[in-house]
Amino acid sequence: MTDGAKSWLLHGGVIIVLFALQSVLPAYHHGNLARIMVLASYAIGYNILFGYTGLLSLGHALFFASGMYGMGLSIQFLGLSPGPALLAGLLAALVVTSVVGFLALRTTGVAFMIVTLMFAQAGYLTVLLFGQYTRGDEGFVIQQSQRVFAGIDLSDPVSRYYAALVLFGTCLIISLVLVRSNLGRVLVAIRENEDRVRMLGFNVFRHKLIAVILSGVISGAAGATYGLLFGYAGATFATVEYSIFPLLWVLLGGAGTTLGPFMGVLFMFYLIDLSSAVTSAYMLIAGVALVLLTLFARQGLVGEVRKRLAPWLP
Amino acid sequence: MELGPYLLLASLEGAVQAAVLALTAVGLSLVFGTMRVVNIAHGEFFMLGAVLAWWLTSQVGGDASIGFVLALIIVPIVTGLLAAAIDWTILKRLDYDPEATIVATIGVLYIIQQVTLMTYGPDARPVPPPFNIRITLPWFGYSGYKLFVIGAAIVLLLGVWATVSKTRIGLILRATQLDSDIAQAFGIRVKRVYSIVFGVGAGLAAMAAVLIVPIQQAHYLMGGDPLLLSFIVVILGGLGSLRGTVVAAVLIGMSDGIISVFFSPTLAKILATLLVASVLVFRPQGLFGKRPV
Repeated sequence: MTDGAKSWLLHGGVIIVLFALQSVLPAYHHGNLARIMVLASYAIGYNILFGYTGLLSLGHALFFASGMYGMGLSIQFLGLSPGPALLAGLLAALVVTSVVGFLALRTTGVAFMIVTLMFAQAGYLTVLLFGQYTRGDEGFVIQQSQRVFAGIDLSDPVSRYYAALVLFGTCLIISLVLVRSNLGRVLVAIRENEDRVRMLGFNVFRHKLIAVILSGVISGAAGATYGLLFGYAGATFATVEYSIFPLLWVLLGGAGTTLGPFMGVLFMFYLIDLSSAVTSAYMLIAGVALVLLTLFARQGLVGEVRKRLAPWLP
Repeated sequence: MELGPYLLLASLEGAVQAAVLALTAVGLSLVFGTMRVVNIAHGEFFMLGAVLAWWLTSQVGGDASIGFVLALIIVPIVTGLLAAAIDWTILKRLDYDPEATIVATIGVLYIIQQVTLMTYGPDARPVPPPFNIRITLPWFGYSGYKLFVIGAAIVLLLGVWATVSKTRIGLILRATQLDSDIAQAFGIRVKRVYSIVFGVGAGLAAMAAVLIVPIQQAHYLMGGDPLLLSFIVVILGGLGSLRGTVVAAVLIGMSDGIISVFFSPTLAKILATLLVASVLVFRPQGLFGKRPV
């Protein structure tokens, strides 16, 4: 069997297992998994930029939040139905990522990290500044009646689960197709040696910009879906914490692996879930995990599997 | 009140901000200039300074000034030792890789912050000022302690400057900063210099916090703003340039104090943040830094 066939089988298998789990999981874990799949889509978006292109952004919360607010505000104030509202969220994310990408990509390395952090901070403060519309930290609830998509009530747990699965499956397949395409190979080449790629005649800036936009729009789609499925949009999702989370998930699961983001979110979600029963200082777990990961397991979970057992993993 | 005295009051408040900010930012700048790593946990060392100062002053009985003086001496040393230990156990193992260091110090940030939350708790707590003197100006009375903060910061900054430019320690520091490989070839223990610099940087932040904590209460989330502002200042001043850092701190601290009097503080912060982002994008060497050769 070729490597390509193997990876298609594996990814198809993951989606089928998640589909089957819907009917057997107890209610609590059922709800958790729906959340995990949406957050994993966010992490997949982050991974395209960080794992495959080698650009470390500390401002992805801005993209997640622009999708969420693009969707939420257009439902709240323009009275759009969920379909067009999702498109509005994607559009908002597209515009924001294009502008931020165009400016931030003039810098490299540490400066890129700080510039993205600064833009995201400015975005967060902007949400607070327009508190009369966004309701700031408190956020606003999207009513159940506003969340009926083509006759399907997205607040119902079963349809919410399937909607999350559709988003996750789509993002997973997009990332798999991307890394197997020529574009994906150029991105990986940029990560490994930017100068050589430039010497080979590729426009590095344009390829990086494509990566930022793709990564940001997927993050925005996750943000918009999150708001729609769980009926809430708030400034918390624009804070630095939500820029750090995808980095943590991707590092834990394995940067530059297609399944890493999902594994990372799954592990971190349950780690925090279990520890929050013991202490309210659950971010301590995230901190310790970040330090240990950078010290001992730079490859992450799936990365280690790829290194030791299955070198064909995309 | 008329506009003149009003502006004077705003500038005095701005000067207190600028003094504390300069101390904190010089710590960050020293670390970046020498080690070429960005310490995201810098704000947490500031917070730790404030919290430890509260703990120490509440343990020591008697006059408030005794506890304060003890805190001013002991707290920066304790914080500095902790930072040096973090450098020795984590950053050194990462070989000071810039990106890995950022990720690891984000981790350290959460560890320090959350451990403080677990031990010190979520409340904001005040520290009594060492003395209560009101200086009467023709238009309003002003806290003598705040003027003391400005003076103390100036003395400390002069001390840092003299150490870096006039002493043998400063010479070693500058040699390491210029070319760590050559410095090592001349027998300088570069890794040890790094640990000391990391400790001193954190100690300066802690000292700034001890100075400010009688004015502003100690709280486990108080590290966020100093971190962001220090970043802004260090970047504006040119990464690693001490003089630029101080000039930028005065500029940002004063204008922040004055702008917040007339405009919304959130808007002021947005503008400052975007300004810094554009400086990095369009003038990466900073306003006062030299263009890389």
